[in-house]
Amino acid sequence: MSPLLRRKLDPATVMIDTDSAPRVLHFGEDFLEVDLPVGTRVIYPKPPIQGLPNPRAAVRYALNNPLGCDPLYAQLTPGMKVTVALDDISLPLPPMLPPDVRQTVLEVVLEMLSDHGVDDIHLVVANSLHRKMTGTEMRRMVGSKIHKEFYPDRYYCHDAEDPDGLVNLGKTKHGEILRINRRACESDLVIYININLVPMDGGHKSVTVGLCDYESLTSHHEPQTIIDSDGYMDPQRSALAKKCDRLGKLVDKNLNVFHIETVLNNRMYFDQLNFLGRNEDDFTEADRLKLQATRWSLEKMPRAVKRAFLHAIPAHFQMIACNAGKTEPVHERTLERSFEQYAVRVKGQADILIVGIPYISPYNVNSILNPLLVQVMGPGYFFNMYRGKPLLKKGGVLILAHPCYDEFDAKFHPSYIEFFNCVLPETQDAFTLREKYEEEFAKNPTYIQMYREGNAYHGAHPFFMWYWGENGRRHAGKIIVAGAETQHVPSLLGWERAESVAEAIAMARSFTGPSAEISMLHLPPIVIPEVE
Amino acid sequence: MPAAAFYDLDGTLLSTNLVHTFAFYARNDQGILRSLGRTATTFLGIPLFLATDMYSRKVFNDLFFKWYRNQSEDRLRYLSQDLFDEVIKPSIYPGTMELLDKSRSLGLRQVVVTGALDISIQPLLRHLGIEEFVANRLEFVDDVATGRLVPPIMASATKASWIRTYAERESISLSDCFCYADSMSDLPMLSIVGHPTATNPDLRLRSTALRHDWPILSLK
Repeated sequence: MSPLLRRKLDPATVMIDTDSAPRVLHFGEDFLEVDLPVGTRVIYPKPPIQGLPNPRAAVRYALNNPLGCDPLYAQLTPGMKVTVALDDISLPLPPMLPPDVRQTVLEVVLEMLSDHGVDDIHLVVANSLHRKMTGTEMRRMVGSKIHKEFYPDRYYCHDAEDPDGLVNLGKTKHGEILRINRRACESDLVIYININLVPMDGGHKSVTVGLCDYESLTSHHEPQTIIDSDGYMDPQRSALAKKCDRLGKLVDKNLNVFHIETVLNNRMYFDQLNFLGRNEDDFTEADRLKLQATRWSLEKMPRAVKRAFLHAIPAHFQMIACNAGKTEPVHERTLERSFEQYAVRVKGQADILIVGIPYISPYNVNSILNPLLVQVMGPGYFFNMYRGKPLLKKGGVLILAHPCYDEFDAKFHPSYIEFFNCVLPETQDAFTLREKYEEEFAKNPTYIQMYREGNAYHGAHPFFMWYWGENGRRHAGKIIVAGAETQHVPSLLGWERAESVAEAIAMARSFTGPSAEISMLHLPPIVIPEVE
Repeated sequence: MPAAAFYDLDGTLLSTNLVHTFAFYARNDQGILRSLGRTATTFLGIPLFLATDMYSRKVFNDLFFKWYRNQSEDRLRYLSQDLFDEVIKPSIYPGTMELLDKSRSLGLRQVVVTGALDISIQPLLRHLGIEEFVANRLEFVDDVATGRLVPPIMASATKASWIRTYAERESISLSDCFCYADSMSDLPMLSIVGHPTATNPDLRLRSTALRHDWPILSLK
C-alpha cells in the first residue's frame, strides 16, 4: 500500500511499511530516529484545534454567563475579601509563550473586581506540595504589571507547612480529612483559575489538592487509590478523581468557589518545530533538514546547555475553551472539549508499547528529568494515557526511550536524592515504602524548611511519584528502557536495559512472542487513545 | 531508639562568627585607648584569621584565642548578655527557630556542637531553648584568661568524635540523627550522621554536599 493511501485511511494511526520513514522519538534532551518493524502501529496526536480568536472576550463571556451560579459581577460587593487561586508551573507543559493563559484570565478578572470596588485581593499559587515558584517564574506567569502590583505581599505561593496558614474543613463520610489554605477559607469568594492541559487536571482537584496540606493528600495520594484508578485521564474510572470529588463537596459546603477553567489545544511546538508532531512520511525536505540540524546541534551541546536551551523554548498553546461557574458543570464542559482535542480512536491493544520520554514533566520545569521523574513519565503518565482500556495489554512490554542518567537537581528535588539512593535499593514495594518511610521524609525538618523557604519539592513528593507509576508497573510484564546510559538506574527502578530501541524490541519479542502487536505512542504533543 | 539533631552555631544558625564576638569584647574593653587599640588590631587581624581558617581550623583556634589573653572571666561573663542582645540575637537567621521547632516536634534531642566560647553562647542557648551543648572553654588562671583553650578543642574532627561519644553514652543511633553545619571544617560531623544537611554552606562545603547528594539548606 502506498504511503499516500495509508495516510488517507486514518490520520491518527500509521502502519509502518517497508518504505516508511524512520520515526522520531523524544529521548530526553535529544531526538532519536528509529526504523520500526513493519506492521508497527504509530499513534499520532490530532492536529491542534484552532484557538479562540479573542480569548479575552471568551473569558468575559464565561464570567458573565457562568454555569450553575450567578455571574461573577453579581457576586461582587465593595470591600469583600477575594482570593484568586492559580495553577502552578506544572501547567502547561512546556510553559507557554507569554501572555500565559492565566495572565489573560487574570487581567479580565482583576479589572472586574476593581470595577466593583473589591480591593482586598490575594493571588495564591495552588502549588500544594510542589516546589514554590521563583519570583521570575511568577512574573512570567501573570505579566509584569500584575506582578508589580501584587508580588510578594499579595501574590505568593501556597504554603502547605505553614502552621498558621491552614484551616481544617473536617472530614468526608469516608474519613478523608481536608485542611486548606486559610486565606482562601476566610475569603468571601475564591476564584480558581485553571489550565486544563489533560483531562485529569481541574475540577475539584484544583482546590482540594492545590491548596491543601500533606495530611490531606495522604487520603488519595497513596498506592491503593492509584491501584483502584483505571487510568488517570478518565475521571469516571479514577478513584483519585472520585475522592477529590467527595472532598470538593466539603469545599463547596464551606467556601464560595467560582471556578474558571480554560482548555488549551496541543500546539506545543512553534512553527519551526511543529513538524515534530506530524507523520514522518509527510516530512518535507525542509523538515528533514531542520530535524537533522536540531539533532546535530543537540548532540554537540553539553547536557546542561541543551537542557537550558530546550526549557527556554516556550509552547505555543492557544485557548480553545473557557468556562466558568460551579466546579462540576464547568469541569464537565472542560472534559468534553479536552477529549475533543486529545482523544483518538484506536482498534485493539498492543503487546509492546514504545514511548519516547521527553526532557520535561510536570515536576521538572527549568530542571532535570531525574530517574524518578522518568519513571513518572513512563509507567506513570504515558502508560495511563488512555480512555477505556489501556493501550498496552496486561503483561505486555513497555519500551521507554531515555538516557536514564543518574542526575538530580539538589535545589528542587533534594528528597528525591535520598529516596532514590537510600530507600529504593531496599524495596520497590509502594505499600512498604509508604508504611516505613513516607512520614519520615514528610516530617524531615530539612526538607520542610527547603520546601517552605526555598524551591524544593516537599519531602513526601518522591513517594507520590513512585505511587504514580504503580499501575504501569503492575500492568506491564516488563519495562525496558532503551538507550539507558547506566545499568544501575534502570535496575533500581525495576526495569531492564537495552542499548537501542531495536534491541529493546527484540528483547520484548522474546518475552511476548514474535507475532506481538507493536504500537508506538507518538507524543508529545499529548494524545489519549480510546481503545476499542 | 532516640535520635538527636546536632547544630553548629556560627554561620549555621546565626550569621556571626568568632571574630564578631571578639570584636564586641574588644570594643567594650576597659578604657578608651585599650578599646580602640584592641578594635583596630582585631580588624587588622581579619586577613590573618581568614587565611589561617582556610588552612586549618586548629591553627586558627590556636592563634585566635590567644587574643583573649589577660581578659578577666568576670568581665567576659558580665558582657555576655550584652553581647547576646546587641550582636548575637539580631544575627539569628530567620529560619532558625522554625527549624528547631520542627526538629523538636519529631522528638529529636537538640544539641549544639560549636567552636564558640561557652561563656558567650549561654544566653543564646537559653533563647533557643537548647540545654545540651558542647563549646570551647578558655583556660583561666586566677580569673584571667591565658589565651589557651581547655582540651578537647571543639573543631573539625573533635566535634565528630564528641558526637560519637555522646551518641554511645546516650544510646543514640547516629544513622537516625540530623546534623546542620555551614563550613567545610565541619565535614567530619556531617559525615557521621544519617541525615547531614549543609546549612548556608561555604563554597567548598556546597560542592562537597552536591557530590555527596546531601541537602543544601538556607536559613537566611
